[in-house]
Amino acid sequence: MAIEVIKPGLATSVQDAGRSGYYHLGIPPSGALDQYSFRAANLLVGNDEGAAVLELTMLGPELAFRRDAVIAVTGAVMTPKLDGVAQACNTALAVKAGQVLSFDFLKGGARAYLAVAGGIDVPVVLGSRSTYGLGAFGGHQGRKLAAGDVLPIGAGTPVRAGRSLDPALQPVLEKAVELRVVPGLYDHRVTRASMEAFYADTWSVAPEADRIGYRYRGGRPLEFVARTQPFGAGSDPSNIVDACYPIGSIQVPAGLEPIVLHRDAVSGGGYMMVGTVISADLDRIGQMQPNHKARFVVVDLAAALAARAERRARLDRLRASLAL
Amino acid sequence: MARHELLSPLPGTFYRRPSPEAPPFVAVGQTIAAGTVVGLVEVMKTFNEVQAETGGTVVEILVENEDAVEAGQALLIVEA
Repeated sequence: MAIEVIKPGLATSVQDAGRSGYYHLGIPPSGALDQYSFRAANLLVGNDEGAAVLELTMLGPELAFRRDAVIAVTGAVMTPKLDGVAQACNTALAVKAGQVLSFDFLKGGARAYLAVAGGIDVPVVLGSRSTYGLGAFGGHQGRKLAAGDVLPIGAGTPVRAGRSLDPALQPVLEKAVELRVVPGLYDHRVTRASMEAFYADTWSVAPEADRIGYRYRGGRPLEFVARTQPFGAGSDPSNIVDACYPIGSIQVPAGLEPIVLHRDAVSGGGYMMVGTVISADLDRIGQMQPNHKARFVVVDLAAALAARAERRARLDRLRASLAL
Repeated sequence: MARHELLSPLPGTFYRRPSPEAPPFVAVGQTIAAGTVVGLVEVMKTFNEVQAETGGTVVEILVENEDAVEAGQALLIVEA
């Protein structure tokens, strides 16, 4: 027994690097939506970077520590408080047994990561400790946290408190972002003028946006190219014969509100996808609050791969700066 | 008389009434107690009650029904 949940917050769940290798069976990767901040939290407290943490969503929990611990909070700006006293974000903090950890209002971003030295020691399911809420497995009893839950902490190597994340390596949290998109595979279903409008418009995050998909609204509806309904496809012009849904793919049901699938997505279905947000930009989506703005920007595959290499280099700099 | 700003705990869409036909949770001039529900904030497909932290008289409501609000944004002013 190590951490007791007094108040759960809005949607606090156990997450790690994700559950790879089962998406073809309908089981999505899950895991921290902002993988960079998640890894930074672990490295700050001396954990393996893939250890399980708590993902705090927009409203933090209130947690009572039953033993001494070293913790760090990264990602969204939600100032941690120990027994009501404000502490630094992006810093390894010592917590004494009996202290209560709470959080101030969200001041930037959407998801903070709370790492505890030793990691959150819930059972491994299919290679991961991540919660998959729709499937009701993984994490703590397959769900977000509730008041009264008790979370076990793994045995960690003792680390000293006080280390901070270099400001240059902290995530950039903005209210308006550009999301890079590789077009396809179904944008031929939409008129060229309409696709140009889609990429020109500014889209706002809808309040429904969650770990399954980020819904946007505020741009012009899509205009579809006329067709004969194929055998096996639904009757709406946005329907296709069922296909696989990549993580990051942008579906636009009925041509109205784009949804970018994220790490708890369903793996396939019958909506056309106009493009896929590149993997290097998925962390930024996880940090978008309702009403934050996005523009979708077309890039080619070479640019997407270059962005991925750049992201990996940044992760390497993070690891080097926090190496024990 | 002390004026207190009641802040939204969450970003999302603010609702002043429990359903479109219902009267508002609170109106200007009304006396409320700590814990009174003053509105809802919709985010991630859930409607979250916003409760008054302190009691008093509602003197001003700063946001409209269905306005987008940020976490920490003042929703109404209570005088106690």
